[in-house]
Amino acid sequence: MKRTFVPVLATTALLTVTLASTSALAQKTVKIGVTNVYSGQFADPGAQLDAGIKLYMQLHGDTVAGAKIQIIRRDVGGIAPPVAKRLAEELVVRERVDILAGNLLTPNALAVAGVSKDAEKFTVVMNAATPIITTKSPYMVRTSLTTSQLNHHFGEWVAKQGVKNVYTMVTNYGPGTSSGKSFEDAFKKKGGKVVGADKTPVVNPDFSPFVQRVAEAKPEALYVWVPGGTQPPALGKALAERGVTPANTKIFGQGELTDDAALEAMGKVALGIITAYHYNVHRDTPLNTRFVKAYRAANNGRDPDIYSIGGYDGMHLIYEVLKKTGGNTSGKAMIEAAKGMSWESPRGMMSIDPRTRDVVQTVWIREVKMKDGKPANIIIDHIDNAKDPDL
Amino acid sequence: MSTDPHLWLRHKARVSPYEVAFWIAALIVPYVLLPKYLALASQIAIMATFCISLDLILGYAGIISLGHAAFFGIGAYAAGILSARGWGEPLSGLLFAAVVAGLAGWIIGFMIVRVQHLALLMITLGLSFLAVEVANTFDGLTGGADGLLGIDTWKLFGIWKFSIWGHTSYAYALGVSFLIFLLCRRLVHSPFGLTLEAIRENPQRTTAIGVANRRHLQWVFTLSSSIAGIAGAMLAQTTKTVSLESLGFQNSAEIAVMLILGGTGRLYGAIVGTIIFMVARDQLSGMNPKYWYFWIGILLMMVVLFMPRGILGAMQRLAAKMSRS
Repeated sequence: MKRTFVPVLATTALLTVTLASTSALAQKTVKIGVTNVYSGQFADPGAQLDAGIKLYMQLHGDTVAGAKIQIIRRDVGGIAPPVAKRLAEELVVRERVDILAGNLLTPNALAVAGVSKDAEKFTVVMNAATPIITTKSPYMVRTSLTTSQLNHHFGEWVAKQGVKNVYTMVTNYGPGTSSGKSFEDAFKKKGGKVVGADKTPVVNPDFSPFVQRVAEAKPEALYVWVPGGTQPPALGKALAERGVTPANTKIFGQGELTDDAALEAMGKVALGIITAYHYNVHRDTPLNTRFVKAYRAANNGRDPDIYSIGGYDGMHLIYEVLKKTGGNTSGKAMIEAAKGMSWESPRGMMSIDPRTRDVVQTVWIREVKMKDGKPANIIIDHIDNAKDPDL
Repeated sequence: MSTDPHLWLRHKARVSPYEVAFWIAALIVPYVLLPKYLALASQIAIMATFCISLDLILGYAGIISLGHAAFFGIGAYAAGILSARGWGEPLSGLLFAAVVAGLAGWIIGFMIVRVQHLALLMITLGLSFLAVEVANTFDGLTGGADGLLGIDTWKLFGIWKFSIWGHTSYAYALGVSFLIFLLCRRLVHSPFGLTLEAIRENPQRTTAIGVANRRHLQWVFTLSSSIAGIAGAMLAQTTKTVSLESLGFQNSAEIAVMLILGGTGRLYGAIVGTIIFMVARDQLSGMNPKYWYFWIGILLMMVVLFMPRGILGAMQRLAAKMSRS
C-alpha cells in the first residue's frame, strides 16, 4: 500500500516544485486559465475555439500593457461540471491565473461561474450559449452568442415576412428546446401561429417519421433546430425524400443547418433554406477576409467557424480590457472596463452590454442560393445590435 | 493456525500498521505538503468512496455492473435538488441521498439478483442509459442538459464554509469516506462478507448449505447503492453542480477502470486505483490537454497485462515471493 502511494506523492510533489519555480522566474505575466474541451466527442469544436485564441495571439503578439500573456490550458474532457469546477479552482489556487476563459459547454461554464464569483476573477465565456450563464457571476462576459438572441430576432423577422403559420421540429435537449421556444414565442407575439411541434432525439435520430408528419400537416413554413455535424445532411435528405422542400414549404433554421459541410452533403436540396447566424465565413469585408486567410494558413486550410470566432473575439476583449486598465487584472477593474466596450470583429460590429455583460451583435439572415455554381449562404437581411431578449 | 473460526476472522480483520500509516498520510499529506491540491484530493476521496461501493458488489459479491453511476447520480441529484430547493445542510443532505439511492438500489436489486454474466452487463448498462434519459425528461426537476442550478451548500456544522481553497471540502470528503471505509471493512470481515465471497465462488454450493443467495446479494447491492449515492451527494455538495453525465456510462466505466487498476476484492485496491488514476489524469492532462488519454490507455493495458489482479494484487504476490526467498 504505502509502497505505491509514496512514489506517486513524490512525483506530484516534484512536479509542484518545478511548476512553482518556473513561474517565480518569469517577468510580469498575465496568466489566462482556459478550461476547454480537448478530448472526447467535443474535441473538434474545442480545437476550433483554441485555434481562434492562438490566431489572435499570433496576429497581435503576446505582450499587452507591458505584460506577457501566458495561456494555461485545461481539458474538461466533455460535459463534466464537477471537473470544470475543480480545474477552474486549481487554475486559481495552484496556477494563480488572473483571468478565466474558454468555457465551451454550458454546464461547464455554469460550474466555472461559481469559481469566477468566489475568486473575483474576470471570466470570458467564449462559446457556451445558454442565456442565464452570465447572470451567475458578476465578473463574467460573453463573446459568442446566446441561443435566444439568434432565434428571438429570427422569429420576429420570419413573422415580419408575412409568414402566418409554422411547424417546429427541434432536438430534444437544452439548446434545441430553448432555441425553439425563443423562436416560437417571438413568432407568436408578432401574430404568427404554431401549427405543430415535434422533438427529435439527440442521438442518431431517424428523421423520416418526423418529416412525414410535417408533410401530412402541410404547414406554410417549417422551423428546424438540429446540432451541427452529421444531423443537418441527414435531415436534408429526409426532407428531400418526403418532398418537403423550399419549393412548397419555407424552411427556417439556425446557421449550423447550412454550414459548408452540410451544404456540400445536401447539394441543391438546400436551395432556398433560410437561416440566422452571427458569423458568416464568406462575408466579404476586408477584416473578415484577412481573418479567414490567416486562419486557413494556420490551420491546414480549414475554415474558421463560430467556435473560432468566439475564441478570437474573447482574446480581443481580454487584450483591449488589459490596455484600458493598464495591466490591472483585478476582477472589478476588468469587468468595469469591459462593460460597454464595442469593436469591429470579423463577424461584424459587436459590443458588450453594460448592464448584462452579454454580447450584442448583428444577426445575419442568409438564404441558400447558387453562387459560382455551388449552393452558398447569401446574406439577405440583417438585424443590428441584437440583444438577448430575456436578460 | 487455530481452527476456531472466530479467531480466524479476527486474525483476518486485524489492523496492520500500514493501514494506520496510510490514513494518517491521507490526512496530513494534502494539508501540509500539497495544500494547492486540496480540490483534487477531495475529489479523489469522493471517487474512492464510489469505487469502494463498486468493490463491495464486484469484488466481494461478484455482481459485475456497468451502470453503478446511476446510483452515484441519483445520490447527487437527491442532495442537489434538496439543496436547490432550500435545504443546504450537508450532513442531512448526505443522509437523504443515502436513503434515496439505497431505496433505488433495493428496487433494482430484485432484478439484479436474478441474472448473471452477460445479462447482468446488459441490464446494468441499460440502467445507466435509462437513468440519463429519465433525468433529461424531468428537466424541471433536474435542470436537464444544462445541469442542476442553484445548489447552495451551507457551512459544515454551521462553522466551516466550503470555499474554493478546499480545506473544508477535503476534511468533509475524507471524514465521510473514512467512516464508510470502516463500515465496509467491518462488513467484509464479518460472516456476512464471507458468505458473499462464498456465493461469488460457488452459488450452487451455498444454496446447498442453506444460504439465501438472493437475499444476501440484494442487501449488499442496496448498501452499495446507498454508498454510491453518498459519494455522489458529496460531489454535488462540494462542487455545487450536478449534470446528466454523473449518471452516465462514462462515469460507470471510469470507476470500473479505477477499481480494476487497483485490484478488486480488497477495498484498498479501490482507494489505490482511484488515487493513481486521478493523479495520473491530473498530471498528464495538465502536461498535454489533447492526448493525455493515450497515456491513460497505456497505463491500463500495462496493468492488465502484467498485473492481472491489479496493482495491489501484484504487490501482494511480490511481497509473498520475497518473504519466501
